[in-house]
Amino acid sequence: MTRELWKGNEAIAEASVRAGLEAYFGYPITPQTEVLEYLSRRMPELGRTFVQAESELGAINMVYGAACTGVRVMSSSSSPGVSLMMEGISYIAGTEIPAVLINVMRGGPGLGNIAPSQGDYNQAVRGGGHGDYQPIVLAPASVQEAIDLTVLSFDLAERYRSICMVILDGSVGQMMEPAQMPEMQPVQRKDWEWATNAKMGKRERRVLTSIYLDPIQEEKLNLRLIQRWKQIQANEVRYKEYFLDDAEFVIVGFGTAGRVALSAVRTARQRGIKVGLLRPITVSPFPHEVIDQLAGRVEAFLVTEMNSGQMLEDVRLAVKGRVPVEFYGRMGGVVPFTEEILHEIERITTSKLSLDENPRDAWFERMMSSR
Amino acid sequence: MTTTAPENLVYDRPEGFTDTPTHYCPGCTHGVAHRLVAEVLEEMGVLDKTIGVAPVGCAVFAYNYFDTDFVEAPHGRAPAMATGIKRVLPDRIVFTYQGDGDLASIGMGEIVHAAARGENLTVIFINNANYGMTGGQMAPTTLPGMKTTSSPNGRDVETQGYPIRMAEMLSTLDGAGYVVRRSLHDPKNIRLAKKAIRLAFETQARGLGFSMVELLSTCPTNWGMTPVNSLKFVEEHMVPAFPLGDYKVAAGIAQIKI
Repeated sequence: MTRELWKGNEAIAEASVRAGLEAYFGYPITPQTEVLEYLSRRMPELGRTFVQAESELGAINMVYGAACTGVRVMSSSSSPGVSLMMEGISYIAGTEIPAVLINVMRGGPGLGNIAPSQGDYNQAVRGGGHGDYQPIVLAPASVQEAIDLTVLSFDLAERYRSICMVILDGSVGQMMEPAQMPEMQPVQRKDWEWATNAKMGKRERRVLTSIYLDPIQEEKLNLRLIQRWKQIQANEVRYKEYFLDDAEFVIVGFGTAGRVALSAVRTARQRGIKVGLLRPITVSPFPHEVIDQLAGRVEAFLVTEMNSGQMLEDVRLAVKGRVPVEFYGRMGGVVPFTEEILHEIERITTSKLSLDENPRDAWFERMMSSR
Repeated sequence: MTTTAPENLVYDRPEGFTDTPTHYCPGCTHGVAHRLVAEVLEEMGVLDKTIGVAPVGCAVFAYNYFDTDFVEAPHGRAPAMATGIKRVLPDRIVFTYQGDGDLASIGMGEIVHAAARGENLTVIFINNANYGMTGGQMAPTTLPGMKTTSSPNGRDVETQGYPIRMAEMLSTLDGAGYVVRRSLHDPKNIRLAKKAIRLAFETQARGLGFSMVELLSTCPTNWGMTPVNSLKFVEEHMVPAFPLGDYKVAAGIAQIKI
């Protein structure tokens, strides 16, 4: 198939259609609105369901209802809208049903702005809603990856009866790149053994709920969710490695921050600096194992994010204090330039780094003293 | 039709019920409302293709009692969940069963927009003027001056506002096909309520848009009254505040003969 020029948000919308999306429920919010707009035309054209909901609360609960019937269903939003959806996401997790959610992240907290950000990392990977659960979270860094991960998200959601979130910052949603769409998959309405799609003379009645009034039963659900999460951790960790074979220094960055870091790594390599990049694709489950292994043989890590150091904590957990972990972040919708990362690479490769220093505190001091 | 039922059988569990005894308080009209819904679904022969949506509130366990598929919604979101189900399975019968805190307070957005979109689903709305499950707090439907655990001196309209009349409000929306209010305080009104529930489900079965039956109900436990006095309270105080009647009956529905 040929490559075509696709805008990130529209590419995600078309990719979901080709993955067999049967129903979409959404609400306008910049910078993801093109997903909603595209599907408002595309879904009815194919005889599938599109509803513009009254709010993100409405949208996620329409997703919840449709997901209970076992069809492929999705919503998309951006940071403040995703916050509103957290109630429904927790219920979906507690009900153990599959659903896909796209978060085109913007600057925050609060109303923030509509510029690209990765500030929702913690909200996404830690669950965000109330109660004990962990969602699968995928982080694309290009339009092509956004397409591929959107398709994958439906398979993962169904395989593990889980929420699968795709988090991308606004720049991936808004930019246009050449990309290849997958073939159109036929809509496959699977008759899941749990779906509440009415008895229809074929079976006993079914109930889907997230309430377990007996604490022992609730704990059984909690244990079941952890058991499923262990399978996800064992089977679904995904990441990309760049120049890691002989690397003495490793940058860890996801999404656009990882992509900018790659440009910096390439330039540094031309200058003879032995630096590589690890770009997590699944930020949940997090690629702890590969970082654990790298920590045994490299001199230091540099974590780059478009937030105040949220994934940093996961990297530090994997490194376990064996080598220094440094941090560089931009916030509020600011995207770092390649030169800024390059400058950080030069700093960590030429100065004496401390194991005791808190990388976030040190970064904050550098940020404050440079202005 | 041949049956083996004894000739003198005048009352039995409808087929639409499971064998589970309900958890409702003695004298509460939830049981009556449940039974009417179960009888109607059975009489229409649609139990097999029905999916119910339970609310958060006293009816949170409604899914234990109806012999149909059921899901349990977050507080107030039942109309949104029902929308999701009905849109992907339009040939099924989908209904929500909601209380007044659920529907008229936290779920106001969801119910208004489900009606405005003309979602082809049925809502059974239990109005008992308080939050039952959490122990009798003030609801949007609490009458002026009525004492609850969160309006201990009686609902003061100056600071706590006025009751909301949902049937009247929703009937102004073009998407609403059938919106009526009935009461469960005596046998005559219970029969009228059943007829209305039937018409609401017939509205859905015919694809004529959003349908809702508001049912004035009792809450003897939280009202601190005997069951009999609760029924009197509905008749004497709630019916005047929430007048019974047909607020919206679309032309196509008025012609339905049942």
